[in-house]
Amino acid sequence: MHIVVCIKQVPDSAQIRVHPVTNTIMRQGVPTIINPYDLFALEEALRLRDKHGGEVTVLTMGPPMAEDSLRKALTFGADRAVLLTDRFFAGSDTLATSYALAQAIAKIGETFGAPDIVFTGKQTIDGDTAQVGPGIAKRRNFLQLTYVSKISDVDLAGGKIRVERRAEGGVQVLETKLPVLITMLEGVNEMRRGSMSDALRAARAELVVWSAQDAGIEDILKCGLRGSPTVVKRVFAPSPRAEKAKQVEIQPAAIDTADALIETIFGQLPALEGELVELHQTL
Amino acid sequence: MSTAANTPAPAAGGRAGMKKELPEHFKAYKGVWVFIEVERGVVHPVSWELLGEGRKLADKLGVELAGAILGPKGEATNHAIAESFAYGADLVYLMEDELLADYRNEPFSKGLTDLVNTFKPEILLLGATTLGRDLAGSVATTLLTGLTADCTELAVDADKSLAATRPTFGGSLLCTIYTLNFRPQMATIRPRVMAMPKREEKPIGRVITHPLNMAEEDIVTKILSFVADREAGKVNLAYADIVVAGGLGMGAMENLQLVKNLAKALGAEYGCSRPLVQKGWMPAERQIGQTGKTIRPKLYIAAGISGAIQHRVGVEGADMIVAINTDKNAPIFDFAHVGVVTDAVRFLPALTEAFTRRLSPHNRDKLAG
Repeated sequence: MHIVVCIKQVPDSAQIRVHPVTNTIMRQGVPTIINPYDLFALEEALRLRDKHGGEVTVLTMGPPMAEDSLRKALTFGADRAVLLTDRFFAGSDTLATSYALAQAIAKIGETFGAPDIVFTGKQTIDGDTAQVGPGIAKRRNFLQLTYVSKISDVDLAGGKIRVERRAEGGVQVLETKLPVLITMLEGVNEMRRGSMSDALRAARAELVVWSAQDAGIEDILKCGLRGSPTVVKRVFAPSPRAEKAKQVEIQPAAIDTADALIETIFGQLPALEGELVELHQTL
Repeated sequence: MSTAANTPAPAAGGRAGMKKELPEHFKAYKGVWVFIEVERGVVHPVSWELLGEGRKLADKLGVELAGAILGPKGEATNHAIAESFAYGADLVYLMEDELLADYRNEPFSKGLTDLVNTFKPEILLLGATTLGRDLAGSVATTLLTGLTADCTELAVDADKSLAATRPTFGGSLLCTIYTLNFRPQMATIRPRVMAMPKREEKPIGRVITHPLNMAEEDIVTKILSFVADREAGKVNLAYADIVVAGGLGMGAMENLQLVKNLAKALGAEYGCSRPLVQKGWMPAERQIGQTGKTIRPKLYIAAGISGAIQHRVGVEGADMIVAINTDKNAPIFDFAHVGVVTDAVRFLPALTEAFTRRLSPHNRDKLAG
């Protein structure tokens, strides 16, 4: 089987700093990582390949330095890496991104064999939209399975797949036909340690690097800023609350302070105290 | 009248998204819609929260507010219709079909897309639930329009376009996003971000129906079964009245017991900030913040949480925020109502004890006596 896993290289968000005066992101020196949610998708893809045979292709759209994440994915055991990179993609929102990735997936299909499954992570940690996966599915006319917690069965001969999907209030057990797009839920597997031979292979591997034209994208107007219906007009830091917090400064954590704090809380939320007293009577 | 020739359309190289003039065919798009999320017979409360917010937008625009309901004929759908009016809708667009009994992407995305294409709303809001996000991404892609995820604030601009604000860059900054040249302007909003509007008993108003025009054979994906979450094990952070949460300042995984102890004494839910989930100290379902749960409790106690924006937007709806942190310059003190500058690990046991003492009926009787 052929599986494509879409990954994104993102700044390690724990280390992002905002310039206090200009409110811009200080990117210098911020390390980048594979979007952590994508690792669950990649691991699931590798497991399916190990079980059913075939190949895993990782795909990313980004600047040339996104090569780092693709090589990292190869060290985990992916078979092939495709980097979609072009200045035309700059400023893409989720609609433009899903267009470019869907075109690249079509090209991957023509070049290396049609994919049975396309995976994405649940969402990215920098954009947090969870929109690109469904966008790719719609554009490629693949069936869409989001928030998948378990892949129970893949019947390649019958062209069918059965999964468990996290829904509101429970888990849906769904069966559908291949090809599908799956967005994988977090925490459902643990990324393997790559083997030494994969690490060596990854270091030497020749990546497939495609421009928009290479990926068969004819309509540049659907890409990047021009292909994006949404426009970011303002980026700003949130303002502090008008009144600063009333601060209770204490040195040793004393019980008196706790009492004073509770007095303050119930002073402002008198009804809550009544409710809690009732609750304690029933305990 | 000017005789000047019409200026040609801006060159393709221009930043098309910034054009202010809405293309002619989109000018007919009017009204604010809220997708009313009914799953397995139950309306997700985020739908009512969005009707409350949609009401404000519709009033500012001078247009009608509609609920869009997709479901099977029957009591649950009828209830959703009646409640939509009680929560402020002027009318309801209804698609009734047995195929819409349980959520599946194919019939719901076709159904909602058809409703939009037929009745043309200018704004479409959906809850950022697993269902809403699954559906919104498909519908926006089919309509080739803009979709802004997980908004924390919605407003109508002077030129009547929707200004959707959300955290960006992993929650370090906020950004305001517009969908200037396309309609509808779509946005998802997480549960509890908007306040629950007041419910008012109202008669059922206009209901406009539209058929799904699909057969079961047209739908590839089949639901084999549904395993409902066990009620007992369910974490209901989003709708809890009191929440106690711990952050990195708790120092060690075992210290989180102090957070749980305080929560227990208050009959509260407990949670944590994102770094603790990343460290594996608490499960993801307990995470509070932009990428976890948004909460709106009466009382929120944050212990050892610094208060990055990603966390802030998830808790700002609380009536009262109490922050306990050793760093008096921590950002959490910018939005907390009461701050205690001390080590939460040492302070929480004292606070738990003081609450227990104060609330215990035994002690109160003694005090009263």
